[in-house]
Amino acid sequence: MSTDKIHTRIWREEAEHDNPFATRAAFCRGYDVYGEMLGNARWVEMLYLLFREEAPSASQTDLLEALAVALANPGPRDASVHAAMCGGVAGSTAASSLMAALAVGAGQLAGGREVFLAMEGWALCGTDFDAWKKRLAGLEAIPGSIWPKPEHPPGFDPHGVSTATHVKQTLACLAGLSSGAFLPWLQQNLPDLETAAACPLALSGVAAAAFSDLCFSPEQGEMLHLLLRLPGAAAHALEQENYGYKRFPFYPVELEDDPAAGEMP
Amino acid sequence: MNGPELLAAHTGILRTKVGACWPGARAVFRGHDLHHDLHNTDWLELYLFGITGRRFTPRQIKLLHGIWVLTSYPDARIWNNRVAALAGSSRSSPVLGLAAALAVSGARIYGGGPSLCAIDFFLRAGQAVDSGRELRDFMVEELKSRYIYGYGRPIDSCDERLPWLASLAGEQGLDQGRHFKMAFEVEKILLEMGKANLRMNYAGMISALGADFGLTAGEFNIFIVPMFLAGMPPCWVEAAEKPEGTLFPTPCGEIAYQGVSIRTWRGRIA
Repeated sequence: MSTDKIHTRIWREEAEHDNPFATRAAFCRGYDVYGEMLGNARWVEMLYLLFREEAPSASQTDLLEALAVALANPGPRDASVHAAMCGGVAGSTAASSLMAALAVGAGQLAGGREVFLAMEGWALCGTDFDAWKKRLAGLEAIPGSIWPKPEHPPGFDPHGVSTATHVKQTLACLAGLSSGAFLPWLQQNLPDLETAAACPLALSGVAAAAFSDLCFSPEQGEMLHLLLRLPGAAAHALEQENYGYKRFPFYPVELEDDPAAGEMP
Repeated sequence: MNGPELLAAHTGILRTKVGACWPGARAVFRGHDLHHDLHNTDWLELYLFGITGRRFTPRQIKLLHGIWVLTSYPDARIWNNRVAALAGSSRSSPVLGLAAALAVSGARIYGGGPSLCAIDFFLRAGQAVDSGRELRDFMVEELKSRYIYGYGRPIDSCDERLPWLASLAGEQGLDQGRHFKMAFEVEKILLEMGKANLRMNYAGMISALGADFGLTAGEFNIFIVPMFLAGMPPCWVEAAEKPEGTLFPTPCGEIAYQGVSIRTWRGRIA
């Protein structure tokens, strides 16, 4: 096992002549980042390039950018943003607020793992409705997995009644931008898929289809979903620090196992 | 009740059985007044009581302490410890470094992943034996579909921690449990199968002990969260004492680039 070098297909740096630790030029997938991409490449082009071997096409760039806008802020009702605000409101460090958002936003309810599982669905089922119907009937727990057994079909909202408008708007926009097969198929078959899932599509389900159309793997989609939802968490954490903890909900408690219950009047 | 009604029923209030605090007055921990009833409790005992709602004997607590102590390695090369040390070297804060180091300890090839797979294996093996199956037959079936976690180690198949933990279990009279004995039986069967490199590892022994203590896989998963913690602060402290940025500094030439050659960004469309 080689332990003295870091191996990578992503990044290469050339050193300054006077210092092997200072960068004279940096190349991402062969492109000169500071000498040529800077000022000419869009942020999402760089993002795509980091995960994929080739730069995105124009339509892929537009799709990823639209998806990034849709995911940028889950809003203060979202559990991951709520977690980040718990950091901000008490003056915790910036990194801890983002770590809180990542930890809570990593799970199987609207989080990174849900996107991973939904993308596995696209990889396994593609545009085969019967395969989807079988998968949406329920996933089994993986023995010994650190993740709990999925409690709802990944990519769908277990508490939803009908497809939320912002989900429909996002699906319509992204399906219109996609040069892949999954988003348009999802849009065309949405009523039947929602019937099979017994609950409406969630934004995580749209994101999973979009990442799949962009040819990302489930592992890459999970990472990107975690990453792209952080801006809102960061902004809300800072905002709550300014409001202060006295204006942040602390909620009444109803303790159901109180040893002092008998002593109360 | 489901859908929005279910969410509405839980809005704006915390209904709980595990505890609450009333600043300036008191705190309740799983049905007990924390200060009145539990103020002398050992921290690990309280931790396990918090996870399970059950109490453990002093001998069990001593052994569970040992599980954590015997794997507290302050070696900043180990991946989780390295996170803590890099935080120190980069002049981040201790809590950020240690929290991130703990988080990465839930890994697939060490720490949380293998331990959880191992206790899951022992619990299912116990059920299979209860239903009349031979342990060997269960293992053969298991090996067709997955690894048997708790056996084998990447660098050296001999796990230096096991004699010490087995000795501690013996001292506490806790080496006669069903899963603990099964762990050795599994190792023997693996050797008989010709899998000489699959010697029992730490995850195997601790998960067998956890199963003997009645921990579910989920409870055991939480128990082991701080298992490596004591080895991490020394890594952070030493890295913080050295000149900033001097932990594993990497010169440009030490990156082995294996990707595509230099190409032109502007010319990529043509």
